Amino acid sequence: MGYPGNYRYTRQHEWIEINGTGVGSVGITDFAQKQLGDVVFVGLPKVGTTFKGGEELATVESTKAVFEVFAPLSCEVLDVNRSLESAPEKVNADPYGAAWFAKVRILDPAELESLMDASAYEAFCPESKI
Amino acid sequence: MAESTAVNLRKTALNGVHRALGAKMVAFGGWEMPVEYPSSGGLVAEHKAVRTSVGVFDVSHMGDIRVYGKRASQAALAALEHLTMNQVSRLAVGQAQYSAMLYPAGTFVDDVIVHRLKDQDFLLVINAGTGEKDFHWARDNAQDFDCEVIDLSDTYTQLAIQGPRAIDVIAKLTDSPLSRLGSYWCTYATLAGLKDTLVARTGYTGEDGFEIYVPSDPETSEDVWEKVLSAGREFGMVPCGLGARNTLRLEARLPLYGHEISESINVWEAGLERFCRMEKGEFIGRDALRRAKESGLSRTLAGLEIVERGIARDGYRILDEAGNAIGAVSSGSPSPTLGKNIALAFVPPESAAIGSAVYVDVRGQKVKACVVPTPFYKRLRPRPTPADAHLGGRS
Repeated sequence: MGYPGNYRYTRQHEWIEINGTGVGSVGITDFAQKQLGDVVFVGLPKVGTTFKGGEELATVESTKAVFEVFAPLSCEVLDVNRSLESAPEKVNADPYGAAWFAKVRILDPAELESLMDASAYEAFCPESKI
Repeated sequence: MAESTAVNLRKTALNGVHRALGAKMVAFGGWEMPVEYPSSGGLVAEHKAVRTSVGVFDVSHMGDIRVYGKRASQAALAALEHLTMNQVSRLAVGQAQYSAMLYPAGTFVDDVIVHRLKDQDFLLVINAGTGEKDFHWARDNAQDFDCEVIDLSDTYTQLAIQGPRAIDVIAKLTDSPLSRLGSYWCTYATLAGLKDTLVARTGYTGEDGFEIYVPSDPETSEDVWEKVLSAGREFGMVPCGLGARNTLRLEARLPLYGHEISESINVWEAGLERFCRMEKGEFIGRDALRRAKESGLSRTLAGLEIVERGIARDGYRILDEAGNAIGAVSSGSPSPTLGKNIALAFVPPESAAIGSAVYVDVRGQKVKACVVPTPFYKRLRPRPTPADAHLGGRS
């Protein structure tokens, strides 16, 4: 599936796509969904909540385990993807598109600098584990 | 889901095969085992394959203890009556039973399947994580009996072929009429070209199936594995890992050591009275069990269906309506067959009536659950009864 070139990536396998001024979408990567196996449950944040980078924004569950999804950077949740609650399998099928978890307002754009670009993330993956 | 990096994990003879199949490996009971095979479609696909057709598991991590003695003394039988809670004398040659070894407190050393191979020759199949403890317990407590207790764990590769089509797969691997082998009976057959192979109609999935015991050298093990997979291909057989093994046994309400049974849980609390023959006479744990029955239970194992959004997992607290902790989940998971989230949990007897509402503390959220009958899943066709046949002798 590869790594969309215009996304930014975290060491915990989240991605953020900037899609407006100071606004982005957040999700988890193809590497992460493969490691998880079949996703059976998604726990989403409340709209309006703010997170520091690295705080638990959402949870993703496979049959066997619970995984935390961390906020890639400091943000405020503007919208959540409710469809993941009834169709968690989207996370496996389309992790970069239909399975966005939340739309967020980026509180400090400078924090984007410390995230990996696609090629850095691709290089990072093989040594990494969920 | 991380790849296991711990050193000193034991490996079964088929470890290389699982890795070659791209299995996700995990540590379990001191062993490196496949938890699921992406090439099989993963846990849910493996689970469904077993329920609808057939799957094969490498369960060589299980332990094996042989207890045998001279026929005249009947000492092997006597030792096992002393060591286990079920009534061993009820077993005909070729018959097996689910049982347990108990501590004097009436709690579990381990659960076990006792196979009567000959009149005074028994095979106990025990859990992976407790193997060494079990062997020493059995040997030490059989000291006063004139019988031998030997550890055969390393001598067997054990495969479990499970599902409604298991019998069709087995039929391709042997000329013996194993379809007539009764449920919980065992025999020896030429299987996959190997003479005198022990085959038992047992399993841990709630489906019909067979467990086969072959020599544990890598060459034989891999050869049998390939033959089994090859025979199973036309039925959609897939290799299945410990992940599916757990969801299958949970749906069938089969206990897992350290969860539903343990050294701090007694037979009554675990709901396993059906396998405990108090009337047979003395056995380790009997006195404590009688006293425990007289004083009544403070907790009992109940089946839960999670009715609000959330997955109850092992160790999560059970709460009452007011939010007081009243118990804990012993095993919890999504149920692929039922399409619901289920759990087994220890709760006070007064909260265990079918239909009772309890709450699960899911990482800080109070999630409503309902007590339901168990097993959660029961296969539609009855397993063949022992009355149907058992095969005498070797072939």
